[in-house]
Parts: sequence; C-alpha cells; structure tokens
Amino acid sequence: MTQQGVRWTADQVLALAPDAASRRAGGRLGAAGPWSEVGSSDEGAVWGLCKGSGSEPYQTVVDVSDMSGPAYKCGCPSLKFPCKHALGLLLLWAVGDGVVAGAKAPDWAERWIAGRRERAEEKRTAGGSGAGTADPEAARRRAEQRAGRITAGATELEQRLTDLLRGGLAGAEQAGYELWEETAARMVDAQASGLAARVRELGAIPSSGSGWPVRLLEECALLHLLDQGWLRREQLPDGLAATVRARVGLSASADGPAVRDRWLVLAQYDTSDTRLTTRRIWLYGAQTERAVLLLSYGAAGRAPEPALPVGLALDAEVSAYPGAGQQRAALGEQFAPPAPTELRPKGATTSQAAVRYGEALRDDPWLESVPVTLDQVVPVPDGDHWQLADADRDTALPLAPAAGNRPGLWRLVALSGGAPVKVFGECGHRGFTPLTAWPAGPGGAVPLC
Amino acid sequence: MAGRTGRGGAAVLTRPTYENGMPAEGNRMTRTPVPADAPVPGVWEELVTSALLGTDRRTPPGCEPGPRAPAELLDAAAAETVRRRAGLCPARAARRPEPVPDDPRPPLPAAAAHRLTMLLTDRPGTAGGGRRGTAPDLMELLPQWLATANARGFAAPPQAVPALLDAARGRTDLRPAALTFAGPRALWLARLNPDWRFALRATPGGGTALPGPEATERVRRLWEEGLFAERVALLAALRARDPATARELLASTWATERAEDRLMFLDSLRTGLEQADEPFLEQALADRSRNVRATAAELLSALPDSALAARMAARAVTCVSLDRALSPPAIAVEAPHECDAGMERDGVVAKPPSGRGERSWWFGQLVEAAPLGTWSARLGGRTPEEIAALPVTDDWRSDLHAAWCRAAVRQRNGAWARALLGAPTAPEAGGPGAVSLAERAKLLGTLDAGERAEWVAGFIATHGLSEAFQLLGMCGVPWAPPLGRAVVDALNIARDAGSYPWSFSGVMGLAERCLDPSEAGRLDGLLAIPDEPEDASPGAGGYWAEAFQRLVRTLRLRAAMAEELGAGQEERRR
Repeated sequence: MTQQGVRWTADQVLALAPDAASRRAGGRLGAAGPWSEVGSSDEGAVWGLCKGSGSEPYQTVVDVSDMSGPAYKCGCPSLKFPCKHALGLLLLWAVGDGVVAGAKAPDWAERWIAGRRERAEEKRTAGGSGAGTADPEAARRRAEQRAGRITAGATELEQRLTDLLRGGLAGAEQAGYELWEETAARMVDAQASGLAARVRELGAIPSSGSGWPVRLLEECALLHLLDQGWLRREQLPDGLAATVRARVGLSASADGPAVRDRWLVLAQYDTSDTRLTTRRIWLYGAQTERAVLLLSYGAAGRAPEPALPVGLALDAEVSAYPGAGQQRAALGEQFAPPAPTELRPKGATTSQAAVRYGEALRDDPWLESVPVTLDQVVPVPDGDHWQLADADRDTALPLAPAAGNRPGLWRLVALSGGAPVKVFGECGHRGFTPLTAWPAGPGGAVPLC
Repeated sequence: MAGRTGRGGAAVLTRPTYENGMPAEGNRMTRTPVPADAPVPGVWEELVTSALLGTDRRTPPGCEPGPRAPAELLDAAAAETVRRRAGLCPARAARRPEPVPDDPRPPLPAAAAHRLTMLLTDRPGTAGGGRRGTAPDLMELLPQWLATANARGFAAPPQAVPALLDAARGRTDLRPAALTFAGPRALWLARLNPDWRFALRATPGGGTALPGPEATERVRRLWEEGLFAERVALLAALRARDPATARELLASTWATERAEDRLMFLDSLRTGLEQADEPFLEQALADRSRNVRATAAELLSALPDSALAARMAARAVTCVSLDRALSPPAIAVEAPHECDAGMERDGVVAKPPSGRGERSWWFGQLVEAAPLGTWSARLGGRTPEEIAALPVTDDWRSDLHAAWCRAAVRQRNGAWARALLGAPTAPEAGGPGAVSLAERAKLLGTLDAGERAEWVAGFIATHGLSEAFQLLGMCGVPWAPPLGRAVVDALNIARDAGSYPWSFSGVMGLAERCLDPSEAGRLDGLLAIPDEPEDASPGAGGYWAEAFQRLVRTLRLRAAMAEELGAGQEERRR
C-alpha cells in the first residue's frame, strides 16, 4: 500500500500520460487554481473537484494503492486515459506542498473507492482459489474446451486449404478478399488468433503483384504445416509444441529463467492496424550477445508502453517466452534507470546472416526473420532496389521491398555515403530490413525506423 | 543467373540466392538454379504449377491422384518452402557507388545537432488552428540557424542530410544555405534520388565545384557544352569572382545564343557592374530582342559615366527647368512630345502601359536613366535636399520624384536616397506622399545598415507599425538596439490601444526572427495579462500576453541556438 508518506514525484506522474498533449494539459492543471475540495486518504486515494468548461465541476478520483498501477475516475467526457484532470490532480498531490491534505473522502469519492476495493478483494479471493492453484480442475477444463475449439478450427481450415488446392490457386484471384475474411472470422470464433491473422494475410496475396502464386503457395503450405503441427502437437518435442501453441494464438507467460545483463536498446518501432498498435523493441545483451524482442500492444491511436529510446542501455532482467527459437521476451526487474551507452552489438557478414536465418528455421519453420547486426556493409543501389554489400567481399543482401520507400533508407544511405557502416536489422526470406545504423567512425546509433 | 546451373560450381552457387535486388521469390525464383541436393530437380516449379491449376487437373509430382493429393501437395510445398528459405545465400554485390568526398569541416556540437533535428521535424501546420499559441515557430528559425552554422563552418550530420534536402525541396529560399551546409554529401545523395535533383541544378557544374582560375580550359568546355542552368550558374559564379573574364566568356559566344538565354546571361552582369562593361553593353543595345535591349540600357544607365547616361541626361535636362519667375522658385516640367528612334535605341519603351499618358511615360524613363549628378548644375547648384524640397508646377511632382527614386536605387546614390526619403519623423512620411512605401523601402536599401535602422526606428516612433512591415524587412538582422526598442515600444502602444494582436502578426513574426535576443529581458513586463480598459476589444489583453510570450520564448530559443553553435559571443557583439 502506498502511504501518505511516499508520494510520487512529478516525473512518475507525468509518465502515466497517454501522449504529449495530455502531459502538457495535465501539467497546466497541476496547480491549485481550478481545484476545490481536494483531499487524500492514508490508503492511497486522492480526490478533488476541477472547474472545467461546463457548469458543474468534474469529480475526479484516483486510487494509487493498487500495486499493478493506479485507477482513475473522472466526470469529464475525455477519451484519454488517464485524462488531464486525473494527471493534474496527481501532480497537485505529488508536489503540491500540502495542498492535498489527509481528509475524509466525500460521498461521491467514497462510493467509487469502496466499490473498487470490494471488487479487488473479490478478484483476489477468486484469483486465489480459481485460477489454477486452488481449482486446477476448472482451469484444465477451460483449456481443454479452448483446445477443442482450436482443433475444430484447424480441421476446418485444412478442409478449406484442400478445396483451394484441388480447384487451383488461379481461382483465388477471382474469389478475392471475402472468402478469406470469412474464414478468418471463423478462426477468431475458434479462439485461434494466430491462424486468423495468417488467413487474413492470405487474402491480400493475390493482389500483391507478380509472383503471387508462389507466395500464396508458400503461405498456404506454412499454414497447413501449422495446422498439422497443432493437430499432432502431442507427438512434437516440447519446444516445438510450445512454438506451435504460440503461433496458433495461445498466449503463454514468459516463464524462462531471468537473465540479467546490460540490455542495449537496438530499435523500437510501431506498426498498427485498425484495432491495435504493436510496438517492437529489440534489446541486445552485452554479455549474452543475443537479441530479444519486447512486444507490447496499445489500442489503436494510443502509444503502447514502454518507450525505450535507441542508444540507451538497461541493467535489467529479461525472461524468454516458451517455445523453440522464441525471440520474444519480457522485461523483468530493472536495477538502474536506462543510461546512454557507446556500446555497439557484435556484427556478422551477409553470408553469416543468411546462415543464421536458415538455422533459426530449424527451431521455428514459420519464422519470418531473425535479428542480425551486419558489420562493414555498404548500401548499394541495384536497379530499382537497394542492397547491403559486404565491404570486402562480393556478396550482398537485398533490402526487403517494404524497406525501400521509407525515409530510414535515405538516412542509412546518407550516413554511409558509400563507406562501410554497421547496420542492425531483421534478416528474412524477403531480404534485410534495416532498423538502426552506426557510422564507421565514432558516433551514436542512428534509428532508421 | 541462368548460366549458373550449380553442377560442379562452388557450393555457394548451388543454393537459392537473393537475386538482383529481389528476394528469392516470385517468378525469378523459377529461374534459380536447382540445389544439387534437391530430391527431384525442378520439384518446386512442378508444385507451383499443380497448385495453380488445381490437383484435379494436374497431379503433383510424387503424389497419387485422388482425394489425398491436395494434402500431399501442401506437405511437399511446406517442406520445399522451408528448405528454400533455409538455404538462401547472399546475392552478388552490385557496383558500389563512389564514396562521398571528404568534408573537412568540423562536426556540429551535440546540442546543436539535436536542435537541428528538432527544427527539421517541426512541420508547419502541426499545431492545429489558426491561432499561433505561445510556442515558437521552429521552421521559421531554420534559415537563421543555417546561416549561423554556415558562418561557423560546421559540417551537417550525415544522417540529417536527407531531411535538409527535403526541407530545401519545399522552400526554394532555403536552398542556398541548406545546400552549403549539407555539403558534398547532398550532391552525392541527389544523384541517387530524383526527388533531390534540384540540388544538382543549383550548383555550378552539377556538383563539381567551380573550376579554379587555373582551369580555364574546363571553364570554357563547361561554358560551351554545359546545360543552360549549369552555364547560368557558371557565369554567375565567375562574374562574382572575376567580372572581366566573365564578360569575355559571354562575349565569345554572344552571337550564337538564343534570345531568352541572352537575356538571362546579360542579367548576370548586374553583379560587379563596371565601366569596362560599357562597350559590350553598347553593342547589346542593338540586339534583335527588345528585352535584351531594355536590359542593356538599364545596365548602362546605372553607369553614370557611360555614353548612354550622357545621352539620356541631355534629353532629360531639356524637360526640366527652374522657373525663377515664381516665388518661391519652382521646377517646371515640359515632357517630351515624341519618342524618337534614338530614344528607342537607348531603351525607352515607346508604348505606355494602359491608363498611362505617353508623354509622362517617356518623361519618367528619361529622368530615371539620367545620372543624378546632372541635376545640381541644371537647378542652380542646389543640393539634393534642396532640389527635393523645391515645388514642382502642374502636378508633375509625383512623376518627377518617382523617377528620381528609381534613379537613386539604380545608381545606388546614398545622398539622393537620403534627400528623397526625407526625415522619418516628417508628418507626410507616414502617408502616401510623393514617394510610396515600396519606393522608400528600395531607397533604404542604398543606405548602410546603421542609417537604415535609425531611419526606420524614427519612422516607427512617429507613425507606428501599421505601415512599417515592408521597411522592417529591409533592416539587418538582428535589429540594431534603437530599432528594436522602437518596435517593442510601438507594440506596447498598440496593445494599450486595445486592438487585437493579429493586426500586427506580420511585425510580430518579424520581431520573433529579427529582434536581438538580448532584448528578451526587457519584454518581461509585457508577459502578464493586463487589466482590460473599457474600450478594449474583448479578450485582447490575453492574446497580447500570449503573443509576447511567444516572442520572448522565440528570442530565448534563438539565444540558445546561437550559444549551441558557439556563436553567442558574435551575435551579441554585432
């Protein structure tokens, strides 16, 4: 429980802001001016009335007692979460020199706080007895039900793939998106989000330009491989079975051993679709000399947490997710705040990079790419495309087609100026996607994404 | 790749390859050599064909026809896909570009490099709405930042060059400074990206620096064989360094140039115009093209000792005389009655623009081209001030004074400019007098920076800001202390008068960019929201406070920018 004595710092409060605009707006409201009837309890609740643009002041309450993060409630219509009023109130509480004094909560605040505590209590007792430990039987039954639905989905998908191949892929060009969207929806129903995502991508291939039949056959075949992997997961070695479960869409927790290292932030980039923003952060262990991937999600339009700027290093623990060839890991305890570093990852040649991808496919045949740092490479134009050529060999990796029209490509080319540079990126069957580069001489990391 | 079948070749060639810039997929893959350890040669191509046509029409290799065929095809294709991906080899490297020539300039200090990134990422229009708020307008500070960085001789951070080129692409006024700062890397990149072609056009010889004086032969070859833009740039650069050589180069091919090219080339003689140019310009007076003739005449009239100037003076003095019979004496004007062939040859345009009387039109052109030194003798030995003060009969005053203004600007005659400008505090200076604001701005351009600033300061102190924008644009940056004080005082007065600040947004914007950053401290008193007087526009006080806050923030930011570039000292001393 957070006691009155350990109020937060302003930085900690501002770190909760969903975006820069909220941070500014919250900062403005962090002064006594618009507030009335503010107070806080020893249990870690803060409340106050904020004069807004409406006639009635907004009722704002924050509960900071929860270890998993504060909870907010505010009468304002903002869609931001937390809203600027909650941030302003917390700022006032954090740095307001006794403006927010210990007091008894007014009724409207007390109702919400009490309701929340009750639900949390219920959840704790329920969680203590329900999820796994006290009632493994129920959990097992739920898992079995879900596995059964996925099996049904995978079986249905196999049937569709078989029908497609019997009639020929040429027909898929006419069938268009709808067929695949419908199938994808069936996979969502079957709670197999991994299968659903793959099916949705199949729908886009026939319109992806020349060579689509080859790509479509490849992806159909890999989907078939995944279906078959799921249907025979009992016969697979443990590692591969875990990979299949993860690929199908069953979430697991990062239960690998915690590895403490100086983790260098190599790259951070977001991709988004209509529903979700996905953030990928590549970390590189200075001692372990391996790269791990932190994945986080945010609702569309919201930045996922955390944000780790390229060029910093964290003294932290990281645990891997289960599965053979698993790149994904979770960030555990951090022992010191991130600090800038001159450290660079160890590099490889283009041939070694290709070999690394090939070897990684042994553990996870569905792998699109592996993280690789190329040493001493020069970006070279090759017709309409670009490649990264070894400085002193006759070999080169083409850049992935998607990397070709990003501003990052030109930053990379400008940084190199025809001279060798060090480049970190993802190396896969489509080519190399550069994410970060370092100049040959001294100088910090240059983000390319 | 077709020749490399892999049989007996190096092991590395027997595996699928990332081909010619395209990853190993698509149709290209079908031409890829078959791995030596493949179960059946060409099995992947067979699988693709079966898949495309359907197993009902084409049984895949190694499968039984029947209901199991699709599944067997997928099994085989999955194995092939993973095998092909796992076996990928690097492609053959394409020809590497020549590396960028060395840039000997020192790198930017870290703080300045960070600042540059901020300036370049601030796109106009990101702060929604028309209201400008209190945050500085970063993009507007980029020209100043570039000028300081160039003056300090720093090299651009390599990774910032693409953003610099993008910024310069959208704003032609940024190009010279941005390209200087970006250095050789900008030209190297511009050859690789068609979006940045403008960088090659903007530089003489498409990027190769101007050949030194020793390389006469290279200059001549570029002049004779180069593209038009390259030749214009070459001539301009050469003219700036060595006017005579540039003129001779132009004369060597003059007869063979096209009319519109001749006009452009002739125009570049404006730089470093000298008496020695006269014979060449006299010859151009007989040019086939009317525009070329007019430009040649204009250039000649800017040379007070030229024969053309003397001819024009002779014509002009017959039109202007001093009528001593009047009291006080006044200037009498008798405009020419015709435009003869001689006048036309000397560049007088015979046909006036519509709505303009032809006699006053001819008269203006004669006076404009006559050397200003002519008038003192003609008008009883008077000084320019005395002449400007003389009354003019029959409404000819504005025609005559306007022509003298053009002459003062063209001949860069400070004494006449001062006389025509008059005292900035004179009551008629504020209104639309004989000399328009635009003409006054041009006249100011002939004075030195200190005098200019003082005149504008006096003007603002008397007449306020509403007419000052154009004049302020003529003043050197940062504004001299008296000018800066005059502007701030005038803004303060405008605020107290109760109008809205956006009536002065042009001057505010200039002040943000031009006021000396050390003035920021004097503005602190203006940042608070004042009590609203009875007659003020509602809420104006708040908007003024906001505008002054932005002004102060921008000034502080400029001071920080100069400091980061190690130019804080210089900026203060100037």
